[in-house]
Amino acid sequence: CYFIIFSFQQRIEIHKLRQGDNLILGFSIGGGIDQDPTQNPFSEDKTDKGIYVTRVTEGGPAEVAGLQIGDKIMQVNGWDMTMVTHDQARKRLTKRNEEVVRLLVTRQSLQKAVQQSMMS
Amino acid sequence: MSAAMDTESTYSGYSHYSGHSKKAHRQGRDRHKSPRSKDGSRSEKSVTIQTPPAEPLLGNDASRAEEGQDDNWGETTTAITGTSEHSISQEDIARISKDLEDSVGLECKRYLGLTVAAVLGLLVFLTPIAFILLPQILWRDDLEPCGTVCEGLFISVAFKLLILLIGTWALFFRQPKADIPRVFVFRALLLVLIFLFVFSYWLFYGVRILDSKDTNYQGIVQYAVSLVDALLFIHYLAIVLLELRQLQPMFTVKVVRSTDGESRYYSLGHLSIQRAALVVLENYYKDFTVYNPALLTASKSRAAKHMAGLKVYNVDGPGNNASGQSRAMIAAAARRRDSSHNELYYEEADHERRVKKRRARLVVAVEEAFTHIKRLQAEEQQKAPGEMMDPREAAQAIFPSMARALQKYLRTTRQQQYHSMESILQHLSFCITNNMTPKAFLERYLNPGPTLQYDRDRWFSKQWTLVSEEAVTSGLQDGIVFVLKCLDFSLVVNVKKIPFIKLSEEFIDPKSHKFVLRLQSETSV
Repeated sequence: CYFIIFSFQQRIEIHKLRQGDNLILGFSIGGGIDQDPTQNPFSEDKTDKGIYVTRVTEGGPAEVAGLQIGDKIMQVNGWDMTMVTHDQARKRLTKRNEEVVRLLVTRQSLQKAVQQSMMS
Repeated sequence: MSAAMDTESTYSGYSHYSGHSKKAHRQGRDRHKSPRSKDGSRSEKSVTIQTPPAEPLLGNDASRAEEGQDDNWGETTTAITGTSEHSISQEDIARISKDLEDSVGLECKRYLGLTVAAVLGLLVFLTPIAFILLPQILWRDDLEPCGTVCEGLFISVAFKLLILLIGTWALFFRQPKADIPRVFVFRALLLVLIFLFVFSYWLFYGVRILDSKDTNYQGIVQYAVSLVDALLFIHYLAIVLLELRQLQPMFTVKVVRSTDGESRYYSLGHLSIQRAALVVLENYYKDFTVYNPALLTASKSRAAKHMAGLKVYNVDGPGNNASGQSRAMIAAAARRRDSSHNELYYEEADHERRVKKRRARLVVAVEEAFTHIKRLQAEEQQKAPGEMMDPREAAQAIFPSMARALQKYLRTTRQQQYHSMESILQHLSFCITNNMTPKAFLERYLNPGPTLQYDRDRWFSKQWTLVSEEAVTSGLQDGIVFVLKCLDFSLVVNVKKIPFIKLSEEFIDPKSHKFVLRLQSETSV
């Protein structure tokens, strides 16, 4: 009985929702090259200083688009997010003149492959 | 009394004295009207009274100085030729001295003030003594005998008078260090107060005691003691008004020199405008670098070139539209693409490079020169080696090896007129005597120093005029501007009040300094 862990990349397109004066995406990010990577619960490698999704609001645009908690954001609209500070990441996501953001995310999937094959 | 002063001072602030010397200098300038034809580009100068007077003088001075130079030190010292526009020729001196005699009235005014104060002081000092002695002299036989209390009062009067004498000497007996245009208000007020006071005491004494020949001697002595006490209190008032009140800083004044924009800030208390002007001038001599007309020629020639290139022709007939003409010139000058900024940039860069090079050569030369001298210790002095020299001779011995480098440096920085060979030798022997290093010797030449450092002849600023729209005896207020003019430049003084500072307190408990590690910060987007 063993698990196979693999990660795959997914492209997610989120349409921002207008709330008053702001455009919101409906999730929270954590991480960045100026933050402490050992505190990140979602990363596999505790030296990974990338940007991770820490929370997804229910019914928000991010959930609708298929973003999940624990995803690591690799690119936003073509901009690299693996070596940015926390504030830079926030700014890239919340540009006022962009209504759509296209994210490239990496997700770890824990596949209980062997169990399934054992059951079948 | 103050009303009388106000009507007096509605006139301009020009002082009587400077009016005469201005007239003399103006006439001196008038006579030397022919422009020098040595340098073609300088022919646009013309001496008229309406244009700013500094323009032609400075150009002339510099051009003459540069041509007079050669490698011989003697000729590069300050040469006052008879026909220079800036210095004073013989006729001018004669005229000025005649004017001085005419204005002896001003000297009289100062000495009059002093004598009045001195006479009043003497009178005041002798009054208590007179009060005590007069009954003894006039009706000694009728007086009651003086008991112990009375004699005790004699001692107290004596000591109080002594204290008053010492205090007055400390406070008032000083060399007057300046000539101010108007009366010093507080001093005059105090003199009047003292006079009225003593006068009223004498009146009372004359009427009630002398006329009625009062026999109560103790009462008379107590009266004299009360006078001395009151005089001591007036002395206290004098200290507060004249010395203490202006100590607390209330205003910041900005002093800007009109020719090169050098500025300084000073803090002053409650002073009248004329006293503030005095403080500014005292600080001017030690804070501002010396006024060097040779440094201003470059900007003047640039300015002349701007206006020389454009001519205005009036093609619409004989209308004299002066303001239209000047506006047209300004517009044309603005549109014209001239490269004078380029010139300025490269000229300045070049000049800096040259100055640095010459400075390096100078420093090396002086250091080398100083290595040739060694100080003899006391024991060695007795052994008497070949030649023992005193500082002056030692200076003369090492001077030639650095003379050329120093002269070149001074010429590049246009300071050559401020240092004669004699003064350099003196300074060198001074430095040798006091064991100074070459750098300390050079400090005087590498940077232009304050005016006090130089010879009085090179000061360019000995006679000052206070120009002010407010009365010069009125106190400083926020926003007052007055100008201190001397012949070649002026100091514009701008007074600002020190702002009212609201200081509040916040207490931080030392135990409240606590820190926590910054974990992942989470931002919602």
